[in-house]
Amino acid sequence: MLDILLPILIFAALALAAIGAVRRIRLWRQGRPSPVPVLRGLAAVPRRYLVDLHHVVARDKVMSNTHVATAGGFVAAMGLAIVVHGLGLAEGILGWLLLAASATMFAGSLFVARRRRDPPARLSKGPWMRLPKSLMAFSLGIFVVTLPAVGVLPAGFSQGLGSWLVALVLAGVVAWGLAELVFGMTWGGPMKHAFAGALHLAFHRRPERFSTKGGEGNRSTGLKALDLEDDQAPLGVETPSDFTWNQLLGFDACVQCGRCEAVCPAFAAGQPLNPKKLIQDMVVGMAGGSDAHYTGSPYPSPERGDRPVGEHHGTPHGPIVAPASTKDGKALVDAETLWSCTTCRACVEECPMMIEHVDAIVDMRRHLTLEEGATPGKGAEVIDNLIATDNPGGFDPGGRLNWAADLELPLMADVERAEVLLWLGDGVFDMRNQRTLRALVKVLRAAGVDFAVLGNEERDSGDVARRLGDEATFQSLARRNIATLAQYRFDCVVTCDPHSFHVLKNEYGAFYPEGQESDYPVWHHSTFINQLIEAGRLRLAPGQAARVTYHDPCYLGRYNGEYEAPRAVLQALGVELVEMQRSGYRSRCCGGGGGAPVTDIPGKQRIPDMRMGDVRETQAEQVVVGCPQCTAMFEGVVPPAGDEEVAVKDIAEMVAAALDTTPEAPPAPRDASTAQTTEEVMS
Amino acid sequence: MQPESAMTPGLEVTVLVSIGRHPLTGRARRADQDARGVELARSLADAQVRLLHAGERDESSEAALRGYLGMGFTELSLLEQPEGADVLPALAEALDATSPHLVITGERAERGEGSGLLPYLLAERLGWPLVSGLAAVESVEDGVATLLQALPRGQRRRLKVRLPVIVTVDDAAPAPRQSAYGPARRGAFEATAGPVSVDDEWAAWHVQPARQRPKRLKIVKAASARDRFKAAAAKAEGGGGQVLTDVTPTQGAEAIFTLLREEDVLR
Repeated sequence: MLDILLPILIFAALALAAIGAVRRIRLWRQGRPSPVPVLRGLAAVPRRYLVDLHHVVARDKVMSNTHVATAGGFVAAMGLAIVVHGLGLAEGILGWLLLAASATMFAGSLFVARRRRDPPARLSKGPWMRLPKSLMAFSLGIFVVTLPAVGVLPAGFSQGLGSWLVALVLAGVVAWGLAELVFGMTWGGPMKHAFAGALHLAFHRRPERFSTKGGEGNRSTGLKALDLEDDQAPLGVETPSDFTWNQLLGFDACVQCGRCEAVCPAFAAGQPLNPKKLIQDMVVGMAGGSDAHYTGSPYPSPERGDRPVGEHHGTPHGPIVAPASTKDGKALVDAETLWSCTTCRACVEECPMMIEHVDAIVDMRRHLTLEEGATPGKGAEVIDNLIATDNPGGFDPGGRLNWAADLELPLMADVERAEVLLWLGDGVFDMRNQRTLRALVKVLRAAGVDFAVLGNEERDSGDVARRLGDEATFQSLARRNIATLAQYRFDCVVTCDPHSFHVLKNEYGAFYPEGQESDYPVWHHSTFINQLIEAGRLRLAPGQAARVTYHDPCYLGRYNGEYEAPRAVLQALGVELVEMQRSGYRSRCCGGGGGAPVTDIPGKQRIPDMRMGDVRETQAEQVVVGCPQCTAMFEGVVPPAGDEEVAVKDIAEMVAAALDTTPEAPPAPRDASTAQTTEEVMS
Repeated sequence: MQPESAMTPGLEVTVLVSIGRHPLTGRARRADQDARGVELARSLADAQVRLLHAGERDESSEAALRGYLGMGFTELSLLEQPEGADVLPALAEALDATSPHLVITGERAERGEGSGLLPYLLAERLGWPLVSGLAAVESVEDGVATLLQALPRGQRRRLKVRLPVIVTVDDAAPAPRQSAYGPARRGAFEATAGPVSVDDEWAAWHVQPARQRPKRLKIVKAASARDRFKAAAAKAEGGGGQVLTDVTPTQGAEAIFTLLREEDVLR
């Protein structure tokens, strides 16, 4: 009886899965073309899954082991079941292996069930709640039907009185498991993540993210350039089908674990953004329909608590954001949702499916800004200022060095070559940041660094224009800055602004004229100061007794992986460093990135207030930062009544204050001083 | 010229747009007041808005004019004029030919002569009424426009004017919308050659950047916060001025001349 039913069930499930796969692939192919190496991509899947993806999943040990047992057990059990039950080859060890695999899977599914008993808010409910039952049905069903095949159960098992009934029940259980786990994979059930996820790993839009046998993958955090050559082409992403096909595939891979939601600063602040919901909305748009079936946390709404689901709907070729002309009109996503993002990349860092949320958000912003002219808040003004004055504040570009009138900074235009090109950034117009810059200059001079600045030749790096979606202004600024940089000779660029740092280091490369490329390293000042300390070029007075905490700027940490250097500098200063609960790659954004302060989408609370709350929890007297944006955001926070104000210090200010200037000895030859300071630092 | 029963649907609006100049960097841009004029036109229901520019066409002026196209237009009519030409006859002829119901323009240009006289000369030439300093167009019904004119200190005056009319806008008009890059670069210029009248006088002029004149300090002698507030909120008063009535033109001119001497405008 079962001998006849099982092969039918297995091959029917596989056939249905194949049909579903074709349908699913056709959904993805609605997107714009994006060439990928098909075979090489597919060949890379095991490594990308086992190394890179697992690296992210393993941050939660219990879930990671659960997934290994369940998914590993399933893959093995399914493969063996096809051989054992589908083809009837139960001889020897195969049947036993199948028993072991399905037992492992069952053990895993028990943990999945435990997880689902009182699930955290970030997990989606709905069909996901039945998943543990389906997993158990499959694993148990396969286990039991395999028992006679290996001869554990007496042969009479399938011949007795109730044999028909038992066989039917077993077949039903196995069919349920097969439905969820095999053709549910391609027809849109919870197991869709396995099918889409594997292909997403194969055809990822940023293959350089993944490690290879040769070494680590790079972070690949720079935004992709928008092609502005064709002046008739619509710009950015207006409809779901304007994404590239592998972006759509990426959205479809979402497993709705809500890790992104748990780390999203905008979501925590009650701004109308939930990265998970956004990705699910893109899936809804790709397939067509409404978001009524979404079962996770909705977008927060400052007025109503939550934005109800079911009000938004979309089609593959319909607009994602309702155009301004249709007032009160709702499409797939509200514009506010897209503008709430601070581009802090916390969601991308946490996503076990390697989905690129920030790319998608910026793609949609590009459409809103470049095609609709609908940058909210002060965004339009900032962009106009960047076009007219090359800085977002609309200040006179001839006054970039006014703050340094007494410092006599060497200009690149005069010296033409220097060891270090000091990129000042737009902080030159901000009185708070001018203090940081003065401190940095003091440190560089104390270390005897040969540096020069561009002065009035410098322009905004284009960071904020690009995150606001104005790719045209960004590219214009980038090309002009590149032309300026090309005139001078220097060994490296140092900047105290992580945003300029990221853009210069990771995003300018695409805009060099043909035949040229950037041939200089770019350093954040914390890295550079750390190099100076390690080389013994800075003499620091030991013994600063202060309890400080360090805030990792998103564009330095998550974007560029620099977590160590600032901490090493603080250690060299001898201060007591206490870490916030969320630091390093899990650092919470200050709310200053991605143009969020200028678009200013209302929420229940402000992101910098939350982060300063994190700082206060550590009972630190000072919070050390390495970014003008973070400084501005944190200094704008009013402490709760009765609380001491926490000082906000840039790392350059900390170092400048600790410089050892006591022995006013005549300038010794550098070698001698090097040896001396090395000792001091090491003691 | 216009039929009396010009109804709201099909209200034809022409906005005269010029090339602006950023006050700090001098870069060409959409002129602020003209952009406000375009915004005003876009806010009119059922209006067919046409953009008109008279002037020369080169790379920087084209970029500036595209700023207006980026406000949601597919084309801009361009009367090509050489540099230094008097655009008045060309504009008058073009407006006469297309006979719009409403012509909107800024108070004065940001470059060139910038005298602010063009709307007046145009109105005189066409024989149309002119309303300056508009804050809003409230409605257009039966060939009559209800306009809201901005007066100093936030005051508003409601006017009813029979179409066609030329109106000028200043900073009281709503701020212009963002210019979007995509539509701006896709927009087309519909260039026509208008009559050219060379402005000989202008050609003979020597143009140089204006010297910034020192601001007269407003000295407030106030002992209390209340006095300071009153002083800050007080109406600007002439104080030292004098009203001359029934004087001959010569006497008037002399009085003005004396004043300019006193103020160090003339030396």
